Amino acid sequence: MNLLTIFKVALKSLGRNPVRSFLSCLGIGIGIVAVILAMAIGQGAKTMMVKEISSMGNNLVMVFPERRRTGAVSGGMGQGQTMTAKDAEAIKKELAHLVQGVSPQVRTSVQMMYGAKNWAGNVQGVSTDVLMISNWTVTDGRFFTADEERACARVCAIGTTVRANLFADDENPVGKTIRLKNMTFRVIGVLGSKGANNWGQDQDDVVMAPYTSVQRYLQRSKFQNINMMNLSLITMDDLEEARREVTSLLRQRHHLADYQDNDFETRDTTEIMNTIGSVTGIVGVLLLIFSVITLIVGGIGIMNIMLVSVTERIKEIGLRMSIGATPLSILTQFCLEAIVLATVGGAAGVAVGIGASYAVGALAGWPVLVEVSSAVYAFLISSVVGLFFGFYPAYRASKLNPIDCLRYE
Amino acid sequence: MAHLIEIRDMYKIYAIGDEPVHALDGVSLTVDDGEFVAIMGSSGSGKSTMLNILGCLDVPTKGSYLLDGIEVARRTPTELAHIRNRKLGFVFQNFNLLPRTSALENVELPDLYRGRLNVRERRRRAMELLARVGLRGRERHTPAQLSGGQQQRVAIARALMNNPPVVFADEPTGNLDTKSSIEIMNLFTELSNEGITIVMVTHEDDIAAYAKRHVVMRDGRVMRDDRGEGGRKTTEQVSQLVKEALA
Ligand SMILES: Nc1ncnc2c1ncn2[C@@H]1O[C@H](COP(=O)(O)OP(=O)(O)OP(=O)(O)O)[C@@H](O)[C@H]1O
Ligand SMILES: [Mg+2]
Repeated sequence: MNLLTIFKVALKSLGRNPVRSFLSCLGIGIGIVAVILAMAIGQGAKTMMVKEISSMGNNLVMVFPERRRTGAVSGGMGQGQTMTAKDAEAIKKELAHLVQGVSPQVRTSVQMMYGAKNWAGNVQGVSTDVLMISNWTVTDGRFFTADEERACARVCAIGTTVRANLFADDENPVGKTIRLKNMTFRVIGVLGSKGANNWGQDQDDVVMAPYTSVQRYLQRSKFQNINMMNLSLITMDDLEEARREVTSLLRQRHHLADYQDNDFETRDTTEIMNTIGSVTGIVGVLLLIFSVITLIVGGIGIMNIMLVSVTERIKEIGLRMSIGATPLSILTQFCLEAIVLATVGGAAGVAVGIGASYAVGALAGWPVLVEVSSAVYAFLISSVVGLFFGFYPAYRASKLNPIDCLRYE
Repeated sequence: MAHLIEIRDMYKIYAIGDEPVHALDGVSLTVDDGEFVAIMGSSGSGKSTMLNILGCLDVPTKGSYLLDGIEVARRTPTELAHIRNRKLGFVFQNFNLLPRTSALENVELPDLYRGRLNVRERRRRAMELLARVGLRGRERHTPAQLSGGQQQRVAIARALMNNPPVVFADEPTGNLDTKSSIEIMNLFTELSNEGITIVMVTHEDDIAAYAKRHVVMRDGRVMRDDRGEGGRKTTEQVSQLVKEALA
């Protein structure tokens, strides 16, 4: 008896008991739906995070002054007093072969006023390079120029949140003068909206002014410190070299002796990506365990049904043996029945799972990504599960004696 | 000339409880090509046990069994399956048809496991056999849609599917009324006349009267083996023979 014939026999046997066949498919089908859904949501979440991270900046490397470790008080990141805008200029000039843009950044939170309206928000003092480095756009008006930066001009571009809180919807902010900490600044542009970042912080709640103006008019500090600087590398391939060169340039500028530690530190998005990668890796392992458990549960369901089926059809087995079915053909028939059950369940699970993924994506506004490979794997794995869990019942059937089967009451 | 079936000194011992049961207690028997044998005897005398061993459905505890000159008493399950498939046909008391499966597919089954014919030839042979046993037009019926006598005819057609030289039947009329029994026995007689060897177990004298040779068993032994040299026997003669054998 060839495999195809046995396959037909197996199909026929399953067809003779459609309700039970359906029920035994169900377990593995639901398992596969859950697996596909979980993988799709996980993949979608990962893509979304990666997209957001890359929207933070263009080949971004951040340099922070080291926290002060002198004394008992430790400031937060960026509170050190070792880095100045001169460092940023030096990097831009001397590392031009690696770096396409540098922007120092000073931050201060201020009370903002326009007419009768009031808003407490952040002012970022930056250089013109920030547009390119952090992928900002200007939707109305323009950004400040290098000349204005050099001249400490009191001009600023505002984010959409600030605009909404200081200006009426129909009022054009460009050209208006607002007060920042009682200093007048002229609004010259409105920044394109970036929305909330990964940590839920509203990136549009910002006013951007030349760092020179912020230092002179808003901070009025006698030091020239900056909170951090953002570099944009020409290519991420040079990341290691760039970090090395930035480090040695800054050490030299800060007159650090060999035994002294760096008084600054560099960060880049690959580290964040790696963190995300390891988190999604853990999630992936959990998903895998989850999948294995659901598949085992589904498989045991099939094994259970097949064991019942073998006992119930023992007369049929005896009859088939009496007219010449070999143990191997009985084994094959019952294995194939289990495989067909599992594979049909798996295929239905894949179809429903893909549908459910997109439905969840559409309902929750959460991006989902169904990878073709995961659907194919789910399909293949379910047939392997069928074989694995169907083998024992089939083996038992094949080892029966024809006469015992025929006499079974 | 070699016998078609030759068993020598055969034992089947069941070890259940303290006392082992000797279902077969040193039986020797030969059957030649073309014979029509009825195995008789009281209940529990070992008739079915012997027939199952002859039909390679069971293996003896001890003894030898030559089928067509080949020793088959000690074979693997797979080899026995091939022998059953190619050389032996079976008819059971309770028909043993595949439920919810058409008569045609039931008859085709033995060749499905053998794979000698292609789909079309197989179908044609099954149709011919069903016509041969008088079931033309019932090919698509399932067992549930057939009477007991009709089901037994399907079973006979199935037993003939692979052209076996010998057909075994264990009380083939045990579940049938008199009319159907007579029809089935007429069918067996025709098969016998065509040269097919038939070994049948029965404890009804009128059914046994269709056979040419009568073997009477008691307690796992052959008590009487009447080769029917005096021609066909009547029911009364068979009763007489059994009575004498068991006296
Ligand atoms: N599987 C078994 N286990 C134990 N004992 C068995 C088994 N099969 C048969 N026997 C015993 O072997 C003996 C012969 O049984 P067998 O079925 O051959 O009798 P029989 O002549 O066919 O009887 P009947 O006319 O009632 O069918 C009986 O005593 C029976 O109890
Ligand atoms: Mg019996």
